[in-house]
Amino acid sequence: MFMIFGIPGPLLFGQLLLGLINGAFYAMLSLGLAVIFGMLNIINFAHGALFMMGAFVSWMLLEYLGIGYFPALILSPLIVGAFGLLLEKTVVSRLYKLDHIYGLLLTFGLALVVEGLFRNAYGSSGMPYRIPEAFQGATNLGFMYMPNYRGWVVLAAVVVCFATWAVIEKTSLGATLRAATENAPLVQAFGVNVPRLISVTYACGVALAAFAGVLAAPIYSVNPNMGSNFINTVFAVVVIGGMGSIMGSIITGFGLGIIEGLTKVFYPQASATVVFVVMVIVLLARPRGLFGKAA
Amino acid sequence: MTISRRAILGTAAAATVATGVLPRARAQALPTLKIGVLNDQSGPYQDTGGLTSVICAKQAVEEFGPAAKGFNVEIITADHQNKPDLAVSIARQWFDRDGVDMLLDVPTSSVALALQSVVREKNKVYLNSGAASAALTGAQCSPNFIHWTYDTYMLAKSTGGAMVKAGGDSWYFLTADYAFGKQLTSDTTALVNANGGKVLGSAEYPFPGTTDFSSFLVQAQASGAKVLGLSNAGADTVNSIKQANEFGVNKSMKLAALLMFITDVHALGLDVAHGLNLTESFYWDLNDRTRAFTKRVLPKTPKNWPNMTHAGCYSATLHYLKTAADMGAAEAKKDGVATINRMKKMPVDDDCFGKTTIREDGRNLVPAYLFEVKKPEESKGPWDYYKLVTTTPGDQAYRPLAEGHCSFIKT
Amino acid sequence: MLGFSRTQAIAFLLMVALVVLCPFVLYPVFLMKVLCFALFACAFNLLIGYVGLLSFGHAAFFGMGSYLSAWAVKQWGVSAEVAILLGGLMGGSLGLVLGWLAIRRQGLYFAMITLALAQMVYFFCLQAPFTGGEDGIQQVPRGRLFGMIPLDNDMAIYWVVGFVFLAGFLLIHRIVHSPFGQVLKAIRENEPRATSLGYRTDDYKLIAFVLSTTLAGIAGGTKALVFGIATLTDVHYSMSGEVVLMTLLGGLGTIFGPVVGALVVTAMENYLAQFGAWVTVTQGAIFMLCVLFFRKGLVGTIGGWFKLAL
Repeated sequence: MFMIFGIPGPLLFGQLLLGLINGAFYAMLSLGLAVIFGMLNIINFAHGALFMMGAFVSWMLLEYLGIGYFPALILSPLIVGAFGLLLEKTVVSRLYKLDHIYGLLLTFGLALVVEGLFRNAYGSSGMPYRIPEAFQGATNLGFMYMPNYRGWVVLAAVVVCFATWAVIEKTSLGATLRAATENAPLVQAFGVNVPRLISVTYACGVALAAFAGVLAAPIYSVNPNMGSNFINTVFAVVVIGGMGSIMGSIITGFGLGIIEGLTKVFYPQASATVVFVVMVIVLLARPRGLFGKAA
Repeated sequence: MTISRRAILGTAAAATVATGVLPRARAQALPTLKIGVLNDQSGPYQDTGGLTSVICAKQAVEEFGPAAKGFNVEIITADHQNKPDLAVSIARQWFDRDGVDMLLDVPTSSVALALQSVVREKNKVYLNSGAASAALTGAQCSPNFIHWTYDTYMLAKSTGGAMVKAGGDSWYFLTADYAFGKQLTSDTTALVNANGGKVLGSAEYPFPGTTDFSSFLVQAQASGAKVLGLSNAGADTVNSIKQANEFGVNKSMKLAALLMFITDVHALGLDVAHGLNLTESFYWDLNDRTRAFTKRVLPKTPKNWPNMTHAGCYSATLHYLKTAADMGAAEAKKDGVATINRMKKMPVDDDCFGKTTIREDGRNLVPAYLFEVKKPEESKGPWDYYKLVTTTPGDQAYRPLAEGHCSFIKT
Repeated sequence: MLGFSRTQAIAFLLMVALVVLCPFVLYPVFLMKVLCFALFACAFNLLIGYVGLLSFGHAAFFGMGSYLSAWAVKQWGVSAEVAILLGGLMGGSLGLVLGWLAIRRQGLYFAMITLALAQMVYFFCLQAPFTGGEDGIQQVPRGRLFGMIPLDNDMAIYWVVGFVFLAGFLLIHRIVHSPFGQVLKAIRENEPRATSLGYRTDDYKLIAFVLSTTLAGIAGGTKALVFGIATLTDVHYSMSGEVVLMTLLGGLGTIFGPVVGALVVTAMENYLAQFGAWVTVTQGAIFMLCVLFFRKGLVGTIGGWFKLAL
């Protein structure tokens, strides 16, 4: 066993790996936020609540319909995404003409309503959700036991994140979307149904959050507060990464997970604050964020 | 000159508000004792206490039958949302405007402590069932107060002390980094050391907000200790246990949940929770009397079987009513300190805790039971979760009077 | 009079009358809570209504002011008015530091940064020993006014709170209707134009920010004395959300809006305390309804019906 800065090597690597796993959640959640903000200019404060809904829907699928984890990975994002579509059509679309602040306020209120309703219905203790059979157990990596399920989480997150990035940056659909946010009337003149495109985009951002929720359900107990526990860190991630940048959110999410993991080894009490310290430093040095476009 | 719209608005708003804050006129022949149940009804402790505590208090009133003894009883309740300032605000209003005589339950140590001075100032009665901090009968004690059901010292001694005796002589703590968690860790550390054990380290995690304990659990595993002490409560405990299972920590270490209720075990499920050691002062299946009580109250709270906090609310209310009947309800309303003193003198006896005594500093000496959670195949029915490991009788379970430094006790 | 229009002057005098008369009819402690939050909301409104900056972390200043005042009275035994002023000083200095960091960005970015900075303050308060962590600073005595007049009586401290509120309210009004306030309005309407006219807009915004946070700190300090307790709730982001709700509900950019909003929200919380979790749902629903249909808030909408600027 060798020591690095007085910490046993295996422990350090273990924490880095765990930090990477956390980073996967930050990346996925901030990705959804970045998609919605980058494309629609709405700060979706309800993102945490939608993440929580994703976890709850997968729990409900199991509890009431007997539908297991793998189908839930697809069904839950679809269901919550459909809810997001409904939200967009009825409520969110009215915000586009208004000052951006109202978007923030509306989604903040939405988050309160959703979380309050779930809290009323299901209490705060949380519902148990078992890790699926296929991923139970742990692999001995030499320096730590890594639960197989967490390895799957990292893999799924990386795949989904890069798939999303690829669609937005590299496909013609993504190009159309990016064009629509810059100049909607022009794109509409080309015959593209812009409002529908925007609705679908919002729904996809929501579905991303719900997907993260399903991934999270076996690890954290499914409870109404799980969203608000994440949301503040995720917002910091988005600010650091640069608010419209997709790649920025992904890289920053993973990066901050690792930084947080390191902090837990050397100075655990600060692990919740370190994200904000990084944010202040980035803001001083580079106000538009690490990958952000200049305002 | 037009009447200002602002004035109309203002009056309308004030009128709406007035109905909430004006004193209500009461014209009744019999004196009425008013009990206020103040606890968490929407946050992490809503199942641990919450509305079930209210139901148990009402059960006590029903069984006692105050009308026959010459007075009426009214119960009101509010949600303090674990916020000390909100609780202070509600309590003040209850005492000043709503005529509340007795404050019941109040979980969350920070809230419980904040109310001591308010109750003392208004000279009312404060019976706490839900909070943990042993400081409530120590440095922050009050002659208007009785700590009914458990405290951090009792938990530390029972779970900590007994586990050391059973062979768990090296410990590592997972501590919620706030007053309650730190106190629980320090109380347990003292007892582990006193019983010949060793504490190898402690990981303090940010509270609230931490949902992922993996890195702290990995550190615990690396320490090589035999016991993992969980100095936390509620959702944190549930999460840390789940994740301890995930990382295989429960295979190499024994888990000591320093504060855990049967409602938490229910949330976890036996397949995850089996083998856990925890201390409660009440279990529905402990003896015939507890079973009888549970049978009476269960139809009113079918989804949430009573834990020690709920039982404490029942027991405290029952004893309060007995005392009020003994000294006269009008007297009980007038003087909180006198009522508490009378409560301390009268013997306590009920189906939940059996016969207990209340010490001069306000500590109710209920016995502490160390339980182990059953395996799924050992459980024969709903909520059949515990097997009894050892019992610490009431007079030995709590911090000795002299060590408490309670200011109104003359030693 | 004092820069009020005729309707506003009447409304103001009515407000003063209500402040003076209500404690004899209603519960003074409840009214004091309303007044503290009304001052907080008015301070917040100064930023959003007149400068156009949405600060989503204003609780940091309210809460830190609360902590310092509580500490000053409990540990140093200062008199009440000194404690309250210290609260304001805390709010102002913290506002200077955080504001300087946040002003660099506008609009949504500004809101996000203030939120995250306030979170840092929250975690600092969690860790720092003097704040007492989750317990907060408890058993804070009410102190004496000018070192002589004891404030333990609810009515006695009510007059102090009422005075502080009215003074703060008038101060905000004077700021808004001064040449300085005109520049702020110009910045809100069109910042590049203001810059092109030679105004150093960042400086103006920062000054406004510091004024707002100072008053928020005073509101916090007053609240700590009334209730004898300063806790983490005062610095939590949900408190920031609440003050936004109060101002939005009352009417952004109106003079009396925040006061009405504070009254309604505080009364609602009082009433709904017995219904537990429905408080959060109701607050969220009100937020959404206000944003969608009711953007001018109570005072703004009703004022609009009667073509009055309140």
